[in-house]
Amino acid sequence: MSELRELYQEVILDHNKNPRNFKKLDLHSHHANGHNPLCGDKLELFLDVVEGIITDISFVGSGCAISTSSASLMTQFLKGKSIEETRHYFDNFHDLVTGKELDDEALEGLGKLAVFAGVQEFPARVKCASLSWHTLINALDSVDEPAATE
Amino acid sequence: MFDVNKVRSDFPILGTTVYGKPLVYADNAASTQKPQQVIDSITELYSNHYANIHRGVHHLSQKSTALYEAARETVKNFINARQVEEIVFVRGTTEGVNLVASSYLEPRLEPGDEILISEMEHHSNIIPWQLTAERTGAFLKIIPLLENGDLDLSALPDLINSKVKLVAVTHMSNSLGTINDVSRIIEQAHAFDIPVLIDGAQSIAHMPIDVQKLDCDFFVFSGHKIYGPTGIGALYAKENHLLNMEPYQGGGDMILNVSFEKTEYNDIPYKFEAGTPNIEGTIGMAAALKYVSELGIEAIDEYEQELLAYAAKQFSQIEGLKIIGTAPKKGSIISFVLDGIHPHDVGTIMDMEGVAVRTGHHCTQPVMDCYNIPATTRVSLSFYNTVDEVDQIAKAITKVKELMG
Repeated sequence: MSELRELYQEVILDHNKNPRNFKKLDLHSHHANGHNPLCGDKLELFLDVVEGIITDISFVGSGCAISTSSASLMTQFLKGKSIEETRHYFDNFHDLVTGKELDDEALEGLGKLAVFAGVQEFPARVKCASLSWHTLINALDSVDEPAATE
Repeated sequence: MFDVNKVRSDFPILGTTVYGKPLVYADNAASTQKPQQVIDSITELYSNHYANIHRGVHHLSQKSTALYEAARETVKNFINARQVEEIVFVRGTTEGVNLVASSYLEPRLEPGDEILISEMEHHSNIIPWQLTAERTGAFLKIIPLLENGDLDLSALPDLINSKVKLVAVTHMSNSLGTINDVSRIIEQAHAFDIPVLIDGAQSIAHMPIDVQKLDCDFFVFSGHKIYGPTGIGALYAKENHLLNMEPYQGGGDMILNVSFEKTEYNDIPYKFEAGTPNIEGTIGMAAALKYVSELGIEAIDEYEQELLAYAAKQFSQIEGLKIIGTAPKKGSIISFVLDGIHPHDVGTIMDMEGVAVRTGHHCTQPVMDCYNIPATTRVSLSFYNTVDEVDQIAKAITKVKELMG
């Protein structure tokens, strides 16, 4: 059960039940849809970027606890960050959930997102945790097609 | 009395553990485990009899050919076809459906024609027809699903007319467990001379199949869903259909004479078996069918129905659990959703308890759309599952609820 507790930590369960920034943004500069065809997770991400800074970010959709909490924590984390930093965080987050070695500075930089380290023990769930991040990159690159984890 | 403990000892994998817990394998609708008899049949072939078939004059080739053709006889007997020529070996149900779509249906379709399928079909009994329809200008028509998971067969008179060129329906739903009244569908289609294909991927392992009694035109199934190897299955087609069908793939073994001007095709069923076939798969599948026959498909059916009833009763007592698919006639499949908990989380947590279930849309997205859910958790039981295992599954579901709060 310890791996399971590691995966489903309190903060993840909390963000699953009460996702933050869970709404559509009427005013937004970037937008993308994400879809994981394997499990049917769907999310829609909205960003308002002003002078290279994410001033507002939100999402709506439905998915498992890992994908919902990951999207929720991501939106909290990225508000106020620059686009440049954001791409850097994407790489670090991806390394975190796929079990690649992260140095202390990179790990600390991810803050609360470090709770997703437990995902690396569950390869089938990596796509759940990373769906919102892939969707984010698509939104920033203004790709009109839905982001897919496949 | 069905001796489940004796049966279990035939399946080596059932004695293994997952995360230190005894394996409870409840993903049988996806694929079944293999008894020692099937494993041995393949080892025996490779160790003593293997060579290519239908070609060599040498001893081993003749031996392999005899085993391969004996397997065809086994399939014929298992589903009670009239003759062995009506059995075509294919890679599985999917290839069987594609073969019928390409070789039988497509040359007969005109723009505006219709293909009738149902709302509960597996993607493999939707997409081959969709592709054929797109190429010919034909349309798919759909028999609708009722809330309880039955097909609405009262819609048939409105759907069946002379524009319909083929009806393709599943015998047993892989996501809902519903056993369809295919005899009624076949009877109504035949009244308009419309041929019917039955997708037997699920039904083959759970109930006696008699293609003559059903009077279906085509019946397809996969070996791996009935305790045999993957990559092998069979298509049954009535002889008069096979005789009037185009070849599916070109290659060796499906020909009598080849020149650059013209090729004369082999007789049925070889005309549809181009290239060196899956010899070991075919022989393994025959061993599986023999194994099931020895246990007795009626005895299997009876035992599984008891297990299903017990599981449905136990699961219904779990608060917040809703069973998706409650048709009166069902095979041993229970799909369910848990209030506020996504099936993907359910699957991961049950796995850690040693319980293998399937989560997702089960390749039946239209069914999920019909119930307005993204996915379900599916428990699919076999004759080797026990009442104790059902209790363990129920316990694992309770654990999911505890953990996810």
